[in-house]
Amino acid sequence: MATRILLLIGTKKGAFIFESSDGRRTWDLRGPFCETWPINHVIGDPAAGTIWAGGGNEWFGPAVWRSDDLGATWSHSSQGLAYAAGEEPIRAVWSLAPAPRGDGALYAGVEPAGLFRSDDRGATWSHVPGLREHPSRAHWQPGGGGLILHSLVRHPDDDRQLWVAISTAGAFHSADGGATWEPRNHGTRCDFLPEEQRYPEFGQCVHCLVAAPGMPDRLYQQNHCGMYRSDDGGRHWQSIEDGLPSSFGFPAAAHPRDPNTLYLLPLNGDAVGRTVPDGACAVWRTRDAGASWQDLRDGLPQRNVFFGVLRQAMATDVLEPAGVYFGTGSGELYASADEGESWRRIAEHLPTVLSVETLVLED
Amino acid sequence: MVGSGPAVTVILPGVLQRLFPGSVRRVELRAASVADAIAGLDARWPGMRDRICDSRPAIRRHMNVFVDGERAALDAPLREGSTVVVLTAVSGG
Repeated sequence: MATRILLLIGTKKGAFIFESSDGRRTWDLRGPFCETWPINHVIGDPAAGTIWAGGGNEWFGPAVWRSDDLGATWSHSSQGLAYAAGEEPIRAVWSLAPAPRGDGALYAGVEPAGLFRSDDRGATWSHVPGLREHPSRAHWQPGGGGLILHSLVRHPDDDRQLWVAISTAGAFHSADGGATWEPRNHGTRCDFLPEEQRYPEFGQCVHCLVAAPGMPDRLYQQNHCGMYRSDDGGRHWQSIEDGLPSSFGFPAAAHPRDPNTLYLLPLNGDAVGRTVPDGACAVWRTRDAGASWQDLRDGLPQRNVFFGVLRQAMATDVLEPAGVYFGTGSGELYASADEGESWRRIAEHLPTVLSVETLVLED
Repeated sequence: MVGSGPAVTVILPGVLQRLFPGSVRRVELRAASVADAIAGLDARWPGMRDRICDSRPAIRRHMNVFVDGERAALDAPLREGSTVVVLTAVSGG
């Protein structure tokens, strides 16, 4: 059985697809797609082979693009992807995830922060209003990237449960399919607030929220102010930043099978450039749920490196051993086919990479 | 020509045409206002309104619509023979 591995890349100037059909040894590049719109997130459905790309264009506004032929042709829609008249219009789609109940059902997180759902494979969209009806909404503040809903995490066994993360509002959880929400930020800090206010109920600058496989209540997050793990669905968070070179970074990527393994790419800090520490690139891996960390550098550049990696720009694949991938602000793409032990640069000179996802297809 | 109102000509930018396969640069339609003209475009190529207008509703910040050489808003009236030019503004990086 032939395995095709696709890397779905969102960039500042369009979506790109890398494909390998020889076990991740060589990669072919296709793109740019989506009329070179800024594309914040690209996901694929391995069952149907459908690819969706969410973004927003300064001229034309937000849209979700769809390809049913692995990128050969694309269409776009934003029908229903709008707030009520008079509200601040949606600028861009930031995150996509499969939604429960129905083939091709999707969630989309947008800027300014809100949640939408499509039940027809992205052709039309409807607002999930409960999130923006949360009483905290008047206090949500935009982070450096805007007021964005960037992380969507579904419970693997319970269709009613969903977590989202918003910069800068924090993590929220719904137990009723999005009708009502509660903040899930206890234990995560806001170093940008006065000392006595650093652990608020909401208002945290979550950078990336991911779920651990096989443990539905285990979540990890990279925050503007630290790295954290929760073992109770986000009700309580525990710092896991000891042993890391900084408390700042953007992406987090879970292992496809091991809930104790997580990949981070810490940056030097929010006030000193937000690039890799000491001019040397490393992915940091824990095998024990954040108790200890190992820096992975084999094959990564170690001198005069001044790139960053954005919040959605690191991913794993589902193969054995797992592949790990990240794209840089400077348009390079790095890949590991051995769980991070060794790395290769598989592309350079791309536009700024905004997101990386993987799609594995069995022919 | 279908619809009601004055007969007008709408000129679309190529970058917008590329988003709607089968659309044409020069569109003849009947419309009493810029909003009517954009509704006419949307009827021909569903979704085109969302690319020109936001949900406030207003013409998008980085789009411009000119009626007979004057920059116009959605409620600008059209007259028989008006030319409506849709343009992308200077934007991006």
